[in-house]
Amino acid sequence: MTEPKALSIHGLKKVYAGGFEALKGIDLTVEQGDFFALLGPNGAGKSTTIGIICSLVVKTAGAVEIFGIDIDRDFAAAKRLIGVVPQEFNFSIFERVGDIVETQAGFYGLRHEQAARQTEKYLRKLGLWDKRNEQARHLSGGMKRRLMIARALVHEPRLLILDEPTAGVDIEIRRSMWSFLREMNEAGTTIILTTHYLEEAESLCRNIAIIDHGEIVENTTMRALLQQLSTETLVLDLAEPLTEAPELAPYGVRRIEPTRLEVDIAREQDLNEVFQRLDAVGIRVRSMRNKSNRLEQLFVALTQSEGSAETLVHAAG
Amino acid sequence: MPQDDLSIPSSRRAVFDANLVAFRTLLLKEIRRFLRIWPQTLIPPAISMALYFAIFGAIIGRRIGEMAGFDYMEFIVPGLIMMSVITNAYANVSASFFSAKFQKSIEALMVSPTPNSVMLAGFVAGGVARGLAVAAIVTVMAAFFVEIRIHNWFVTLGMLLLTAIVFSLAGFLNGLFADKFDDISIIPAFVLTPLTYLGGVFYALELLPDFWRTLSYFNPIVYVVSSFRYGFFGYSGDVPVAASFLAVAAFAGVFWGLSLWFLNRGIGLRT
Ligand SMILES: Nc1ncnc2c1ncn2[C@@H]1O[C@H](COP(=O)(O)OP(=O)(O)O)[C@@H](O)[C@H]1O
Ligand SMILES: [Mg+2]
Repeated sequence: MTEPKALSIHGLKKVYAGGFEALKGIDLTVEQGDFFALLGPNGAGKSTTIGIICSLVVKTAGAVEIFGIDIDRDFAAAKRLIGVVPQEFNFSIFERVGDIVETQAGFYGLRHEQAARQTEKYLRKLGLWDKRNEQARHLSGGMKRRLMIARALVHEPRLLILDEPTAGVDIEIRRSMWSFLREMNEAGTTIILTTHYLEEAESLCRNIAIIDHGEIVENTTMRALLQQLSTETLVLDLAEPLTEAPELAPYGVRRIEPTRLEVDIAREQDLNEVFQRLDAVGIRVRSMRNKSNRLEQLFVALTQSEGSAETLVHAAG
Repeated sequence: MPQDDLSIPSSRRAVFDANLVAFRTLLLKEIRRFLRIWPQTLIPPAISMALYFAIFGAIIGRRIGEMAGFDYMEFIVPGLIMMSVITNAYANVSASFFSAKFQKSIEALMVSPTPNSVMLAGFVAGGVARGLAVAAIVTVMAAFFVEIRIHNWFVTLGMLLLTAIVFSLAGFLNGLFADKFDDISIIPAFVLTPLTYLGGVFYALELLPDFWRTLSYFNPIVYVVSSFRYGFFGYSGDVPVAASFLAVAAFAGVFWGLSLWFLNRGIGLRT
C-alpha cells in the first residue's frame, strides 16, 4: 500500500453566496513531509482553499482528503491532523496568552496537565513563555503571529498550514520564522504555506502550486519553476519554410509551422550565438518576438503588487 | 514521524472523552469571560435588583400591602430572580458568541474537531453559569429584605435551570444571526423586556381585566415566573405548574434542535 498524501484535493469548487466563483475546480496534492507553497496574487483563492481544508468555508463541489481521510466522511478525524495559522489575527485580544494556547489544546481534547505541558513547550519554542500571563492585546505584531503558530502546534498536528504567515512582518522576524518552519519540517511536519512573495516560497519550499483567479496555473517543483522563469521563449518567423527543426543544442528549439520556430533561451545567454548558428545552417530570420506566457504575466503582476522587481530578478536569476 | 499523536483518540470512548474535555474547556473559557468583565456582567444586575427591592419593596411596597395574599416584597422576589436569570443568560450567550464571531476567535473552535453539539452545549452552559451566578447574587440580596422560604426545591431549581437553558439557547440563536452589535440588543429591548415586565413579575394576573389576563396567557414568561413562584410559596395563580414545565422543556428542545440544525448547515457561521 502506498502512503496516503498529506493533502489531496480533487475538483474543488467554491461559489460564494452572491454567485462569485472563487475556486473553479482545482486539483492539488501534497506529499507527506513536503514543504509546499501555494503562491498567488491577492484574491486568487488561497484563503478560500485553506478555509475549506480546515472547515471555515463550505465547499461547493469536489473532494478533500487529509492523510487519506475524506473530510466528507470524518471531518473531525481529519481536523485532528491539521494545525492552521490563519491570515488574520483571530484570538480574543483580552484573553491571556497562556489561556489562548491552553484553551486550544482543550478543544483538541488534551487533558489539563497535558494541555499545560504542551502550552509551555510551544510558548517556550516561540519565545512567548515570559508573556504567558499578559493579555494578547499587549503583544507586538510579530509576537501575535508567533502566538498563532504556538496555538496551531499545541496538539502536534502532522500537517501545518500557514496562510500568508509573514505578510506585514518585518524582515528580521520573517527570517527567524522561516528558520523555525524549516526546523519543524525537518522534524517531519508537512507544511503548506500560502504567500504572494516568490522569495518566501523559493527560500522555503520544495514544491509549489501557483493559483490565479481560482485556477491552478502551475504545479511543479520549485527548481523546475525557477528554471522555467529564467528561460525566455522567442518566436522566430523565417524567410523560407523548413521541413524539420534545426539542431541547436543547448537551446531548445521547436518547429511550430514551416516558417516559424520557437527557441528557449536562458536569460543570461546571448542571442548572438543563436543567430550565428542559424546563419551557419542557412536559416534566415525575418522577424522575432518574445512569447509571453500566463505564468510570466502573473509574476510581473505579483512583483508589481509587491512594489519591487527585485524579488523576481533575485528568484529568476 | 516525530509526533506522538497526542490528540488522536483511538476509540469511540476516547472520542467521547475528548469531546468532554472540549466542553469543559469551553465552559471554563465562558466563565472566565464573564468573571473577567464582572463590572459589566455581575454588578449591573445586583444594582438594578437593589433598586427594585428598595423602591417596589421597601418604599412603595408598604403602600401596596398584600398581593395574592403575600407581602408585596415577598411576592416580587421570585419574579425578580427569574428576570435577572432571563436577561443574563440571554445576554451572556448572545454577546459572547457574537463577539467570538466578530473577532473571529470562534475560528479556533471551528478548526478543532469539536462537534457542533459540543460547541453549542459549551456556550449554553456558559449562559447557564452566568444565570445561576446572578440568581445567587440576587437571592442573597433579597435575603436582606425578606425571609427566603422554599416550598418545593425540585420545582424551584428545575425551573431555574430550564429557564436559564431556554434563554441561553435563545441568546445563541440571536448571536448566530446577528451581523452587528445592534442586532444583539434589539430583541432584548423590544421583545424580552416587555414580555418580562408583563409576565407577572410585579403583579398577580388576577388583578388584570379579563382581556389582558387572557392575553397574558400567550406570554411564555408568565409560565416561567408563576411556576418559579410556586416553587417558593406553593402558589402559582391559575397557571398549571406541570404543564409549564413541559412547555419550557419543549421550548428548550425546539431551540436546541434549531440551533444545531443551523450550525450543521453552516448558517450564520461558515461562508
Ligand atoms: N465570504 C466571501 N463572500 C464572497 N466572496 C468572497 C468571500 N471571501 C472571499 N471572496 C472572494 O473570493 C476571492 C478569493 O478570495 P481569497 O481566497 O481570500 O483570496 P486570497 O487568499 O488568494 O487573497 C476574492 O475575489 C474574494 O473577494
Ligand atoms: Mg488570503
